[in-house]
Amino acid sequence: MAYKDMVAMVVDDFSTMRRIVRKILKDLQFREVIEAENGAEAFKLLQTNKVDLIVSDWNMPVMTGLELLKMVRADERLKGLPFLMVTAEAQKENIVEAIKAKVSNYVVKPFSPAVFAEKLAKIIPS
Amino acid sequence: MIDVKIINPFLAATMHVLKTMAQVDARPGRPFLKKDDLAMGDVSAIIGITGAAQGSMALIFTEKCIKDIASNLLGEPFTELNHEVRDAVGELTNMICGDARRRLAEDGFILQAGIPTIVGGKGHTIMHVANGPRLAVPFETNAGSFMVEVAFQT
Repeated sequence: MAYKDMVAMVVDDFSTMRRIVRKILKDLQFREVIEAENGAEAFKLLQTNKVDLIVSDWNMPVMTGLELLKMVRADERLKGLPFLMVTAEAQKENIVEAIKAKVSNYVVKPFSPAVFAEKLAKIIPS
Repeated sequence: MIDVKIINPFLAATMHVLKTMAQVDARPGRPFLKKDDLAMGDVSAIIGITGAAQGSMALIFTEKCIKDIASNLLGEPFTELNHEVRDAVGELTNMICGDARRRLAEDGFILQAGIPTIVGGKGHTIMHVANGPRLAVPFETNAGSFMVEVAFQT
């Protein structure tokens, strides 16, 4: 499936980062971008929206990105979804924890649009 | 006395994050010890730090400076100090603290961080919890000045 046919969900408690990621995804021709402020809101939206990619922050109130990842991987219908973690938590043990929880790939903040696109292309070739 | 080995990564992170995300060159000035809680700017964010050291980092912007940085960051002009601009202060604080912690972790100094709190208004105050000295570093950009404050428990 090409980016132009895909719906992405961006999860971050800061609207700034949601807007930055939304702009990159729209520039990459994604058909639609849905936003959520935390993992709990994202998981609720995933019950009623067909999504092809999740781009999530790690450190959020209510439910973290790692908790969302674990819930998605434990859900029969959602478990295969590409999950890109966008995180300031780039210490080795954090990355190991995310890999154990079957994250598809991760982008460390700060990042350029080119780096984001490169990380995304590794899990969804355009 | 604050160890420069702890402080320098925060300054390097500040320059790196602003350059990478907003294409802004930030030039650090002479650090000084700050004695009061009064913020030297119009909008701030503070983030708590735990782990190998307990403390906090704050980022304090003048209105002109943050409107310019937010415009670059989000790719659209901002003429008011609105919710979106304030949100950008929080996210920048989050990213700078994260980048600094990553640099410190390379030397085995492991820190965790909380979620930034944003405060603003003329004459607002920054309440660092740590009892140690509060180091302030002024930065200049082409659009104005901002300040980074770091304080750790002694």
